[in-house]
Amino acid sequence: MQDLLAIYRKELSDHFSSNRFVIIFGLIAMVSFITSYMAGINLRENIEGEKPTFIFLLLFSSPGAMLSMMQFVAFFGPLIGIVLGFDSINRERAHGTLIKIISQPIYRDAVINGKFLAGITTISIMLLSIILVITGFGLTILGIVPGSEEIIRIFIFFVISVFYISFWLALSILFSILFRNIATSALASIAAWIFLSFFISLGADVMADSLAPIDQKEGIRQETLIRHIRIKEIVSHFSPLVLYSDASSTIINPLRKTTRSLVFMGPVERLSASRFQNPLPVSQSLLVVYPHIVALIAISVICFAISYTVFMLQEIRV
Amino acid sequence: MELREVVKTSGLTKYYNSQCAVNHLSFDVKEGEIFGFLGPNGAGKTTTILMLLGLTYPSQGSASVLGMDPIKKAKEVKRVVGYLPENVGFYQDLNAIESLHYIADLNGIPKREADKKIKEVLEVVGLMDDAEKLVGNYSRGMKQRLGIAEVLIKDPKVMFLDEPTLGLDPEAAIKIIDLISQLNSERGITVLLSSHNLYQVQKMCTRVGIMIRGKMVALGTIDELAKQRFGIGDREYTLEEIYLHFFKEA
Repeated sequence: MQDLLAIYRKELSDHFSSNRFVIIFGLIAMVSFITSYMAGINLRENIEGEKPTFIFLLLFSSPGAMLSMMQFVAFFGPLIGIVLGFDSINRERAHGTLIKIISQPIYRDAVINGKFLAGITTISIMLLSIILVITGFGLTILGIVPGSEEIIRIFIFFVISVFYISFWLALSILFSILFRNIATSALASIAAWIFLSFFISLGADVMADSLAPIDQKEGIRQETLIRHIRIKEIVSHFSPLVLYSDASSTIINPLRKTTRSLVFMGPVERLSASRFQNPLPVSQSLLVVYPHIVALIAISVICFAISYTVFMLQEIRV
Repeated sequence: MELREVVKTSGLTKYYNSQCAVNHLSFDVKEGEIFGFLGPNGAGKTTTILMLLGLTYPSQGSASVLGMDPIKKAKEVKRVVGYLPENVGFYQDLNAIESLHYIADLNGIPKREADKKIKEVLEVVGLMDDAEKLVGNYSRGMKQRLGIAEVLIKDPKVMFLDEPTLGLDPEAAIKIIDLISQLNSERGITVLLSSHNLYQVQKMCTRVGIMIRGKMVALGTIDELAKQRFGIGDREYTLEEIYLHFFKEA
């Protein structure tokens, strides 16, 4: 335990004193404040007179200038994870400090556990402080105090976001173990980010078109359409971005009752969606995106487990 | 009094894929010795040291350090063995005191005790005046001395030094050599060091082992090796002559 704590403390102080942390934190904080401030201003104009429920959550989900706070975390949150992790092991290797550390009386897994935990802590502190500042903004701009259910929803959103960014941290740590060269691991992390976040949806379209082509001329048959959409959904769920945005938008927006698109709903579900406009309680929202959350946690854990195994089996000479 | 064996290996072998890096190595280092580990690059010296530390697993054979198996008791072995790797690295953005604090922390030394010890080891290696400077600005010789300070902070019984004088100017090298001899005689630390500088090795080592292509081809004091190779001659042979002789033969 002592060895883990020693590495954890060192990594944490490294993170907080490094320039790149300051830069990325400044960037993310600035953009989040701007978007939620704009959202807040828009909301204030719109809520004149009437008072819809869950107004506070709209700060996170309604687009202010370009993207909403939530979309912003979905798109650029991975960068935080990558920046914190892409050189965590191979920088030590390049500087010849790794062999020195593991020749101290510690277990080897303390190194990787300490680094991962320090990364998660940094991510949590970063997100929590941003969310708190936005909440504070909201209090002054809107003049509304968030209810207990809203606070619970924001907290769940925070937890999901931490897991989402932790996945990218784990992935970039894995690359920093696999590749000796720092530039290579940085590029690999960025490539994985772009591929998994932006190109998978294109791939999903292509897959769906080739496996269940929709021919406009012959008239669209219901079965083909459903197959087409199902394939598209399955493929796009390989993207952590899709998992995260589905999960977080359902949690933040109580009116959203399913993550599926309208076409895909059965007739009864469609009917109930149009008839019952009341918001869902938190537990029900959670239930809707339970698979998404579990999948997010699972990919983070799997990614970390692979890094752990590779690191433990690797021979370290320098 | 029978001297204790600090390091002992028997039939230690390491294969990388099908290549044999260390081939049935059996030798020992006795308490209080400075053992010189010689051999060309790629002879398997570093691999042997890593196996003694439990950082690399041997394919065959066994090793023991102070009577402990470095694989099964990795943590205990690393607590009493100080290892200075070849081209030791440092965190560039820390100063000497901070680097030493981190090492002390990893060794589980409490903060207050560490403060005292850091002063003491900095004094020993002669870095007291540069303690506040960033390690990134250190010269090679100073880095090497800081490396030794990091080894000393855990009060080791044995030190494994991999090429401690590599790439140093003569003055810095002499400082390191003197420091090692002093630590050996004053603190009774057993030293196993690998080096290419035969002159320095001859000056300070009690015994030497010459390793070529994974095999220990010669083992003993320099006089013993000279006798073994050249018979009793009319002059003293230098280690260099002995080394080259073994090297040609192998």
